Amino acid sequence: MKHLDEYRDKKIAQSLVKEIQNRSKQKIRIMEVCGGHTMAIRKYGIHNLLPGTVELLSGPGCPVCVTNRSFIDKAIEYSRQADTIITTYGDLMRVPGTETSLLKEKARGADVRIVYSTLESIKLAEENPEKTVIFLGIGFETTTPSTAVAVLEAKKKELKNFLVLSAHKLMPPAMSALIEEGTQIDGYIGPGHVSTIAGSKIYLPLVEKYNIAVAISGFEPVDILQSVLMLVEQIENRKPSVEIQYARAVTYEGNVKAQEMVDSCFEPCIDSWRGIGAIPGSGLKLKKEFSAFDAEVRIPLDIKEKPEPKACLCGSILKGMNKPTDCKLFRKTCTPENPVGACMVSSEGTCAAYYKFQE
Amino acid sequence: MCLSVPAKIVKIEGDIAQASIGGSIIDVGLQLIEKVEIGDYVLVHTGFALEKIDEKEAKETLEMLNDMVEEDPEDMIAYIEI
Ligand code: SF4
Repeated sequence: MKHLDEYRDKKIAQSLVKEIQNRSKQKIRIMEVCGGHTMAIRKYGIHNLLPGTVELLSGPGCPVCVTNRSFIDKAIEYSRQADTIITTYGDLMRVPGTETSLLKEKARGADVRIVYSTLESIKLAEENPEKTVIFLGIGFETTTPSTAVAVLEAKKKELKNFLVLSAHKLMPPAMSALIEEGTQIDGYIGPGHVSTIAGSKIYLPLVEKYNIAVAISGFEPVDILQSVLMLVEQIENRKPSVEIQYARAVTYEGNVKAQEMVDSCFEPCIDSWRGIGAIPGSGLKLKKEFSAFDAEVRIPLDIKEKPEPKACLCGSILKGMNKPTDCKLFRKTCTPENPVGACMVSSEGTCAAYYKFQE
Repeated sequence: MCLSVPAKIVKIEGDIAQASIGGSIIDVGLQLIEKVEIGDYVLVHTGFALEKIDEKEAKETLEMLNDMVEEDPEDMIAYIEI
């Protein structure tokens, strides 16, 4: 096993870069679909180390960025109802809905609380039996198991006042959708911790169907460079496959116990991705047996989807068709303090990563 | 929010452990993994342990995360000097 000095080692990085230069003949486009990778690539300037033949694109890898505007609108509507506590991960607070954000609503008196874990929401529900606690479930394969634990816990404790508004999403359907939509991608840098849970097996259908190369990567510079080299080799040799570079935390099967917990309470559904649109089978909703915990079943709302602000390019940035620097609002009207689009909110968002690391 | 942080298990009570992340103690749900013991390192994501990892990996990841949240990027290009 390699150790930190090796992941940072100048010589190893250098030789990987050389090897990539030697091996890379044809022009290729590689997309990362994990916000952690976006941050690391920008921070270490990895995109600038690669030969002109290899272009890196950022995809829809930040759960906050792809959360639909109407989801925020729904959460805000719930927060305005009497005796309701909204619980959420902090990242979601500043995401702009159509007119306002959860943070602004909180300042106006709504009971919106940041939780660090779903179990805190369960505790809140137990301590406040006269109130309804609605947890905003966002995130990909990595995060959904936490919500599943909470739902199973609420069922065991027979809680009547714990609900989930789910915007949980699955990564592979979005990776397919981008290719179907015509974004030209030759290889994916596979998301690290999504794969820790779901296993490398989830990308096999992509390789079979689209002949696309996949390398699941860790987060160190050397990890990412090695993954890029794996992708270059796969593409040059015309042998696309799913390789695991991040073997320290990823297996073929993934975390089966976590997968079973998710499968016991969630099922796939069509879901809308901010800026991308509806993708069949890309969302997760609670199964019928668990509808007592489903906010949308228990307290239905009529919220229509509204278009994104015109000038915001988030949609095509998430699809790898534009860079943040193509956006007229970037750095001017739109900043992390005052985000116009969701990509500027979370530090893992593409616009925020470009902003922070001086692009 | 997709990143996971390594932590060392210091106390276990049923499904909940106390774990130390760089000195601070947090509660970590153990519902998603099998068999953990005091002294084990785990990857923690939104308050739950996702996988066991070894101690070296844990320390490296922590260092990297500390680095990543730092304000000023140390540019790899200057660093690699190709
Ligand atoms: S800079 Fe702001 S407005 Fe422009 S695409 Fe990014 S998030 Fe949208």
